[in-house]
Amino acid sequence: MRSKVSISGVDLEIVEKGAGRPLLFLHAGDGLWPERPWLDKLSETHRVIAPYHPGYGASTLPDWFGSVDDLAYLYLDLAEHLQLKDAVLVGACFGGWVAAEMMVRSGARFSHLVLADPVGIKVRGRDDRDIADMHGMVQAEVMKLAWADPAKGEVDYTKLPETELAQIVRGREALALYGWKPYMHSPRLKRWLHRIDRPTMLLWGDQDRIVDLTYAEGWRAEIPGAKLEVIAGAGHYPHWEQPNEFAKRVAAFAAT
Amino acid sequence: MRVWYFSEMAYHPAWEEGLKRGSLRVVLPNGQFDPQVGHQLLNRYLDEFAYADEVGLDIMVNEHHSTVTCLTASVPMALAIIARETKTARLLSLGNPIANRPDPVRVAEEMAWIDVLSGGRLEMGLVKGAPYEIAPANSNPARLMRRYWEAHDLILKALSNTDGPFNWEGEYFHYRNVNIWPRPLQQPTPPVWMTGLSVDTGKLAAERGHVVATLLYGSVAKPMFEAYRKRASELGWTAGPDRLAYAAVIGVGHTRAEGLRRADQIAGYVRTAPVVLEPFTNPPGYNSVGANVAMLKAGPNAKPPTKDREGNTVDFTKASIEQLMACDAAFAGTPDDVYAQIKDFNERVGGFGHLLFFGQGGFLDHADTKENLRLFAKEVLPRLRDLNPEAKRATTAAAE
Repeated sequence: MRSKVSISGVDLEIVEKGAGRPLLFLHAGDGLWPERPWLDKLSETHRVIAPYHPGYGASTLPDWFGSVDDLAYLYLDLAEHLQLKDAVLVGACFGGWVAAEMMVRSGARFSHLVLADPVGIKVRGRDDRDIADMHGMVQAEVMKLAWADPAKGEVDYTKLPETELAQIVRGREALALYGWKPYMHSPRLKRWLHRIDRPTMLLWGDQDRIVDLTYAEGWRAEIPGAKLEVIAGAGHYPHWEQPNEFAKRVAAFAAT
Repeated sequence: MRVWYFSEMAYHPAWEEGLKRGSLRVVLPNGQFDPQVGHQLLNRYLDEFAYADEVGLDIMVNEHHSTVTCLTASVPMALAIIARETKTARLLSLGNPIANRPDPVRVAEEMAWIDVLSGGRLEMGLVKGAPYEIAPANSNPARLMRRYWEAHDLILKALSNTDGPFNWEGEYFHYRNVNIWPRPLQQPTPPVWMTGLSVDTGKLAAERGHVVATLLYGSVAKPMFEAYRKRASELGWTAGPDRLAYAAVIGVGHTRAEGLRRADQIAGYVRTAPVVLEPFTNPPGYNSVGANVAMLKAGPNAKPPTKDREGNTVDFTKASIEQLMACDAAFAGTPDDVYAQIKDFNERVGGFGHLLFFGQGGFLDHADTKENLRLFAKEVLPRLRDLNPEAKRATTAAAE
């Protein structure tokens, strides 16, 4: 089910599937792609609520809006609007950064946090690149780093309708707006991760070369009690590349 | 018509290596630059700018970054030298890529300084910059033009404000005491130029009365100039040719063959400049949603076609000089040929007042470059002066 809800001056397009305990899914920089199987899999055990980030899909991007801080407050407002209670917060890649920024502010409406291959923090030194520069290499190279099996992620854009292409293009611009500089992270977020006071699982594709397992360890070390689980045969988008395993791990963790 | 000589101060000794590696910009390591060769080239190129002044041409300087195609890393730095070495040429900065500049007040200071130094000879281009300039500056391509317009407004206010520090707390730039010294000699500001390739840029420039410049594509110039004139007319004023500028490769010779050879050597620049690693050619947000949708729809291997006057598709990276001439990207031949081509182009676009003369593009050597300038200035320039005589304008020159 798709709906529109106005939150804090942003018209958000939200996809909802399933019933039961709420699960707020924050999508990757690549987009929500709700026709792909992962939301269906997650909805077998949860009421999945998946907003398009402002600028993506049909969600509006007001002139004043433009940072990951804005996204964090927006989704905290959304959680309040929906009166979520004991919800599971799942953020994939860029969505993981947003989820972490929410949780350092307030975890009151959430029981568990799942971060799947998140970007968002700086781990190593100033000369080291923690996060591959996805905007500085050809698409085939990005696919090689982001996928265990790049063929699985191929999208034939020439076949998509122009309305959908326009939404994809606007989403790409929105991602640049949120994460161009500093590149896909907040220099200070790492210092506040200790504030996350809900059980946290880091889920990582074993073939992810956009952000690798060293980077995963950087996250794990900063979030109290966080555990790291690895999904085999997945890259930067384990929800896309291994949707069954992804949903299974999330459901198992949420049941603890 | 005024004619502005320009050169990108190319580092052609490394072009071949750049072509081999598939990018002349951003990612070609600067180990390919030999500073001793660069020393010779920079001094030679500055001599050629000084020579342009001697023969009666005006001068334009631009800048690019992290590239073998253009060693001018800073327009104000080059113009400061040229301002001292020249006496009469007007000096066009085209320009400062102000959406990539962290400090617009510094831009205003540098422009004012050159205007004062040169006795009010500065023309000030405030440009968006090419897409591959985003990476070297690491500026955010999203909302680029919003940042551009804020910087533009701030620079013009900094140049023209005379009554003490003012406050600026905008979306992108923050100052509490803007009060530049020196302030420019031309009041309230030096003439302002913009660049672009779209009808929208033409309209936006018209709304401010700025000069608009475009380059190399005759098919782009006509609709852009028409949009400018139409917008000006809607706003109640008539845009003369002096508001419109066009850049082209020009080769003049004593024979047609010699003129074409010179243009062909300069055009080496046109053929290499677009060779850039793909992701840097279209950063997200730089181009419009509509343009990006068209690119996705066309597929990854499609190239946007450039059409010549007859509608034939031309690939600029491989084009012959004749093909570039058929696109109005080059004017070449004897002085009579070149004059006739420019006159014809001028009629087809409805009149333009500034010709940006691409007169050095890498492999054209020093003697040929000078002879190209000399012959053009002697045989073509006087006729162009009468083509669209410049309206008398109120410039403030330095007191004698």
